[in-house]
Amino acid sequence: MSSRTTEKKKLARRYGREKRFKAMCIGSIAIALLFLALFFADLIGKGYSAFVQAEILAEIDYSEAVRDGKYKMAVDKQMRKIVSRGWLRTLPLHLEDHPELVGTQEAKWVVAISDVDQYLKGRPHKLKPKYRKLVDELKAEGKLRLAFNSYLFTRGDSKMPELAGIKSAVIGTIYVLLLTMLFSLPIGIMTAIYLEEFAPDNRFIRMIEVNINNLAAIPSILFGLLGLAIFIGFFGVPRSSALVGGLTLSLMTLPVIIISARVALESVPESIREAAFGVGSSPLQTVWHHVLPLAMPGILTGSIIGLARAMGETAPLIIVGMIAYIPDAPSSILEAATVLPAQIYTWAGEPMRAYAERTAAGILILLVVMICLNGTAIWLRKRYERRW
Amino acid sequence: MTTGQLIFACLAGVIPLVYMLYRAGARKSQSGEARPHSQPAYYGWYTVIGMTLPAIGVALVASILHLTGLYSVPASMLITAVLALGAAGAWMALRAIHPALRARNYVESTIHWLLIAASLVSILTTLGIVLSVLFEAMQFFKMVGFWNFITGTEWEPDTAFLAGAGRGVEGVAEAKFGSLPIFAGTFMITAIAMLVAIPIGLFSAIYMSEYASRRLRGWLKPALEVLAGIPTVVYGFFAAITVSPLVVRAAESMGLHAEYTNALTPGLVMGVMIIPFISSLSDDVINAVPQAMRDGSLALGTTNAETIRYVVLPAALPGIVAASLLAISRAVGETMIVVMAAGLRPNLTWNPLEGMTTVTVRIVDALTGDQAFDSPLTLSAFGLGLVLLLLTLMLNLISISVIRRFREKYE
Repeated sequence: MSSRTTEKKKLARRYGREKRFKAMCIGSIAIALLFLALFFADLIGKGYSAFVQAEILAEIDYSEAVRDGKYKMAVDKQMRKIVSRGWLRTLPLHLEDHPELVGTQEAKWVVAISDVDQYLKGRPHKLKPKYRKLVDELKAEGKLRLAFNSYLFTRGDSKMPELAGIKSAVIGTIYVLLLTMLFSLPIGIMTAIYLEEFAPDNRFIRMIEVNINNLAAIPSILFGLLGLAIFIGFFGVPRSSALVGGLTLSLMTLPVIIISARVALESVPESIREAAFGVGSSPLQTVWHHVLPLAMPGILTGSIIGLARAMGETAPLIIVGMIAYIPDAPSSILEAATVLPAQIYTWAGEPMRAYAERTAAGILILLVVMICLNGTAIWLRKRYERRW
Repeated sequence: MTTGQLIFACLAGVIPLVYMLYRAGARKSQSGEARPHSQPAYYGWYTVIGMTLPAIGVALVASILHLTGLYSVPASMLITAVLALGAAGAWMALRAIHPALRARNYVESTIHWLLIAASLVSILTTLGIVLSVLFEAMQFFKMVGFWNFITGTEWEPDTAFLAGAGRGVEGVAEAKFGSLPIFAGTFMITAIAMLVAIPIGLFSAIYMSEYASRRLRGWLKPALEVLAGIPTVVYGFFAAITVSPLVVRAAESMGLHAEYTNALTPGLVMGVMIIPFISSLSDDVINAVPQAMRDGSLALGTTNAETIRYVVLPAALPGIVAASLLAISRAVGETMIVVMAAGLRPNLTWNPLEGMTTVTVRIVDALTGDQAFDSPLTLSAFGLGLVLLLLTLMLNLISISVIRRFREKYE
């Protein structure tokens, strides 16, 4: 009798342990997912307001003094303190282009300084009480509004947060990614074809394979050191240029592309190759006409994922100098450029609070683009995946 | 004319030329009575290769000579030589074409060599990383002394900064490059990250492979992978702006003082970043454990948890260790999170609430200033890079070999 009760107790204890174990497993997953949810909620909460920006309906006086460079004269004294100075500074040039405007006046929605913007959004700001009152009055009169922030998309970096945008960084990112694709895609696919279809099984080839696996796990910052020492120091590629960034990133993406392309080639069944050989095609014709087209969706999927990763990479690009202050979009691959993650990094380091909002907005844009890229990859895989 | 326009003009001229040659070669092979050895396209490619290969080869050799500083061929001479070679190559290739020419074999062997050349790029990359880091690091060690670097406990490069900026002042204390506090910071942050990532990652993997239904697994796995896809700069921003104030406030509520650049914050965030890395690798190895072993254990009347603890995990242990090693190597080399959330001040301490710095932070810091390229501060980045390279290389090689041996055991 007593032995049976101890048995029962033991069993209950074992089942309890089973439950606790399972609960721990569920708890771990829940922690990870909770972090993910908090993370996105926090970023969206910080960043969504940057997509609108404070604008003031101001009377602009296009006098001759303004054309001659005294741009502050364009608005009255009070307005001067709350209208963006960076915007006013563009007026003389604007008047030179449109001389017919000189002497006229115009009521216009003008971007406000960042403190007004932050005050309106209820975020930390440094607006003096005097101007706070003015802003409140303007708002009551309907002369102050939050409008879609087009500057965020149409301007480059700026020392004034209200005028700072991601345009030059986006163009830099496009340049760098195009170059990365140009270098790493052909070389990666060719390497994969060689290793998977042609290479003999000897020591040298095994060394290449180990080496590729190793490269995939080397910290990205070391690729930056390589870019600095070899591409900039030895080959003389201009520092900060999209070219050096693209070269560095393509070396970094190469192993990812090689590994995924090999998996894709491997999944093409042997019978396809044998059929091609059977009708007399050469090994290269077999690969080019039959194996490669069948493996292409898989290769593309892997490449897109590799590119998405390259797009988010910052560390090696910082090392090769791509964190320069770039107000205007680069016009060639040899000019100094910056990329979106690097722009996020520089904005995150700015002491002015208004940049934090733009940083979060930049992050949201980056994440959306990356999610789209990865989504495309997943869609491609689902659409073209074939079970043999 | 800028370089870009020049390149464009060349391409615009060359591409039609190449096409014309291709057609000419292909047509010539068909002109005779006899049946040609290969299909016409191969004769076309044969001509194109005949034109471009020697010319490109000469241009490559000349540029290598120029870059290594051995001999600089004048640009005008080089261009003339390349054009002449191209013309001569094309002419000879066209002349050689007749139906008996084994064009396919020539073309295919050229492509074969191109494929081999492409595979060598990855070897060259490794070589490039090793050499570039090694050379500069050697210079640095010559200046500072390897032993001082490894065992020194003080990192004070500030006076080297003055010298690097061209304001070398005599009588200023000598710069010190003792890397011990930097490595201490790296290991502290890595350890915190592992304390977060290994248990959570491992338990998540166990849940997904042993408990979750197929459908749930199909949802959970991608959700975790999202964590791995987020750019590190975003994690860095999140750590610096959101997590760090939280940690400081939590410490204050417990009566402790924490700095904003404490080591705990980047460690925690980095740990979360590495969770999917551990969970997907462990998931793989747990799935590789044969089902028969589970069935045998369950048939003896054990619970699921007991089977996992006493049968599955011991069998999967080598793979899990290898995954953890890879994760450590990734944490050691992680840059953006620590650059944005950890401190700059080298600090030898056991307290994770104090600011500490890491190898990668110092590398970034040393290379983003306006420093002369041969100043000790810049070179110190390469010294640190060398240690980082050796460390991660070692971890990777060990874990790759462990994983391979593990796979062989059950396949």
